[in-house]
This record gives sequence, structure tokens and C-alpha cells, in this order.
Amino acid sequence: MADFQEIVEHIIGHLRKVVPPGTEIAAESRIVGDLGLDSLVVMNFVMALEDDFDVSLTMDSLAKVETVGDLARTLEALTKR
Amino acid sequence: MSILDKFAPLGQSYAQLRELGADPFAVTFDSMRSPVEATIDGRPVLVFGSNNYLGLTFDPRMVESGIEALRTYGAGTTGSRIANGTYLGHTSLEHKLAEFFGRRSAMVFTTGYQANLAMISTLAGRDDVLLLDADSHASIYDGSRLSAAQVIRFRHNDPDDLARRLRRLEGQPGDRLIVVEGIYSMLGDRARMAEIAQVKRETGATLLVDEAHSLGVLGANGRGAAEEAGVEDDADFVVGTFSKSLGGIGGFCVSNLPDFDILRVCCRPYMFTASLPPSVVATVQRGLERMVEQPELRQTLHRNAHRLYDGLSAAGFILGPEPGPIVSVRLPDVAVAATFWTALLQEGVYVNLALPPATPDSHPLLRTSVTAAHTDAQVDRAIATLTKIGAALGVLETNNG
Ligand SMILES: Cc1ncc(COP(=O)(O)O)c(C=O)c1O
Repeated sequence: MADFQEIVEHIIGHLRKVVPPGTEIAAESRIVGDLGLDSLVVMNFVMALEDDFDVSLTMDSLAKVETVGDLARTLEALTKR
Repeated sequence: MSILDKFAPLGQSYAQLRELGADPFAVTFDSMRSPVEATIDGRPVLVFGSNNYLGLTFDPRMVESGIEALRTYGAGTTGSRIANGTYLGHTSLEHKLAEFFGRRSAMVFTTGYQANLAMISTLAGRDDVLLLDADSHASIYDGSRLSAAQVIRFRHNDPDDLARRLRRLEGQPGDRLIVVEGIYSMLGDRARMAEIAQVKRETGATLLVDEAHSLGVLGANGRGAAEEAGVEDDADFVVGTFSKSLGGIGGFCVSNLPDFDILRVCCRPYMFTASLPPSVVATVQRGLERMVEQPELRQTLHRNAHRLYDGLSAAGFILGPEPGPIVSVRLPDVAVAATFWTALLQEGVYVNLALPPATPDSHPLLRTSVTAAHTDAQVDRAIATLTKIGAALGVLETNNG
């Protein structure tokens, strides 16, 4: 299973496709606050991640996600189960 | 500083909209001259933005039934269904609904919103999983928030994605409740009911179908998308509303489950709100009869829907995926949409303006809808007016090369 850092890199790979070129993205980046993504873009990119990791994120767990790192930890926990 | 400060960004967006001349949230109809003709600020408008699909709001027999019940039973019930708010009319309407759908039981709620809130929050308990279409109506999302279940979204109208998510849940205890809509309210597209029903059968999940926009519209008898697709047996619960094709207000759920009536004493949005006024109940029951007596209304509706869809499509508008009573025009941005909407109203055509995030793909929509009460001439006038403004605003796709 992928470890935390690999998951972060994977998420950043997806995010690069939807943020303006040159935007800095790190584990601490806030997905809505710093990257300015709207809810629809977020939903589509989360669904792509769910496919990649073969998991489903509950709406509750998503509501608690703020940063790229939060999302990576949530995915890590699900893939370890 | 006030508790309302958090709405400042919303207030700014709203103010920007009003600067464009559009205040779609404050339209007041001063009079209704027919199901599709109104006046706004004293000026006549054609109504191409409602949910009055069968045009029944002025049906004389419905109106008379309402007046009679108002005289006989008074203005309201002043109580909940489980206290003093169940009159003969409520139970009679429930019997008629069950009979119409060919089901064992029916429950009537005060609105369709509450029907979804009630059913979804009550059916899906702590150990269960709710699977919602990503484009679900607010009442479905709100019902899921009231529920103690885990909530998972699947891609809009995508049975394969639904199946994958159900497979991922294998081995996890609890029931799975799938929620879909017969016709989706923003783009007017139909649920892929046959495939969804198959996924439901293969995975042993429970299926709830909200036929809000498809009651009286789809199916040989107007029972909705599940009837049209021949999968009514798979729809364990059918929810719907009286506020659209039946021209009144109220919500319902029908089911064949033997223990259904237990829900009457555990659905909070059923128990803790006053019941529908008897006049509304009488109107709606008569509306159901009128719908059954006049299947030709459904044919007229579909004819009108095709006329509007084909006309707007030929003019070069980007529309929803298929013709139906809801024909939505996709526009590039909020400024164009607001200008378009305002110009339409000035020309005497009212449509709904739908703005993101309430729209599925972050584009604003002019949500137009047709009814069985529109004449060909009225539909043609709407097409011509939209086309004229669309051309002036440069939003028509020129498909002649
Ligand atoms: C899909 C859907 N479900 C439920 C409702 C709620 O219906 P009601 O107007 O009866 O509250 C609506 C209407 O807005 C709807 O579009």
C-alpha cells in the first residue's frame, strides 16, 4: 500500500491539472482556501482519487478535510483497512 | 459585528446580480390568469418556468373540491398527523395513492422536501450506508445530513460507479440505501433506471426513487421513471410531490414493505409538523383523478417539450441531454445569464434562473419548462424570444460552418 508521502505526491499530481500553472502545492496547502478550487472541481478530483485508490470517501470524512495532507491521511487510513 | 456577517460574501454576489438588473429571487406574480399566463409589475408574462407540467393548477374540479373542503373542514388542521391532524381526507388520499401506484401503503407529508427528509433520515440508520447520486436535490442531501448513516456519493447517473462503490462495501455490516431521481430537476435528464435497478438487485441494496418531476410525466400510466423502465418492483420506496404535476403542495411515499406503517411513529419530519390543510388534500386527490382521466395531457406535454427542445436546439443553444418537460439552456457565465434572464422578462417571458453551485456543472442555466397548457403559438413565441436575445448576446452556436 502507498505510504503517506506517495499519496501526497499522487494528490498533487491530480491537483496540477486543475490549478493555474506554477501554483505551489504542498501537504499543508488548503484545497479550497489556498488553491481556490470550487466545490465541483473538488468533487471531480476526489472521485478520480477514489477510483485510483479503489475506495469511497464518506461525505462526513470529506467535510473534515482541509489540506492536501488531511486528504492523504484519510485515503491512507482507508487503504490500510 | 453581527451574527449575519458570515453571509457577507453571499450578499456581495447577490448585489452583483442585482446590479445586472436581475433579482430572480424576488419575483412576485401579482396575478395568474391561467396556468401559464401571469402578470408581473402589471405586465403580462408567459410562464415558461414552473413545475406545473400538466397545467392542472386551474382545473375547475380541483378548485371546486378545494373550496368545498375549505368550507366543510376549515382553514387548517392545526396539528400533526399523529395528533389531531389526520382527517378523513388525509387517509383517503393515502389509499388513492397506494392504489394508483399498485402498492400496499402510502404516507402523505406536508411537502416533498419533508418527504425526502423523513424517509432518508429514518430509513438509513447508524450502521447503514446511503448512496446518493452526486446531482441529488437539496432535500435528499439534507435528509442524508439528518441521518446517522455514512453517506457516499456516486457519479451522476452512473450505474457502474454505483456498482463499484457497493462492491467496495462488501463485508461491511448494515443496509445500503440507494437514492435516485426519476428526472433530474436542473438538466431534465432521466435516471438510467433499468441499469440502476439491476445493480440494486445484484447487490441486495434497497432503492428509493424520487419521482418529483416524473410523476404524471413518465410511464404509460404516469407513475414515473420506474414504471417507464419496467422496474417498479425494484423501487422499494417511491417518493414524490404534489407541488409539480398535481398543481398543489404536499409530499408522499409509497411502498410494498409490510411493516411500512411503523414509519408513522418514527419519521420526525412526519410527526413534528402540522399536516396539510384539508382543502389542499381535497385538491390534490381530485388532481390525481384528473391526471388519470386525462392521459392526453401527458402526450401534449411531451409534444410541447419536443417542440421547445427542437426549436432551441435548432437555434444553436446548448441544452440538457434530452427533451423533456425541463429544457435547460446552458450559458457561459453568471453575467450573461443574468442579462439574458432580465431581457427575457422585459420581453414578457418568465423562466427560472439557476446559478452555480445549484447547477450540475458550474455553468448557470436558464431553466425553462413546458406544460400541457402551453399552446404551440406560446411555445413558438418563447423560442423566438430566446433566440432573439441569445443572438444579441452572442451565445448561439453557429452550426452552419
Ligand atoms: C427532486 C425533487 N425532490 C423533492 C422536491 C421537493 O418538493 P416540494 O416542492 O414538494 O417540497 C423537489 C422540488 O423542488 C425536487 O426537485
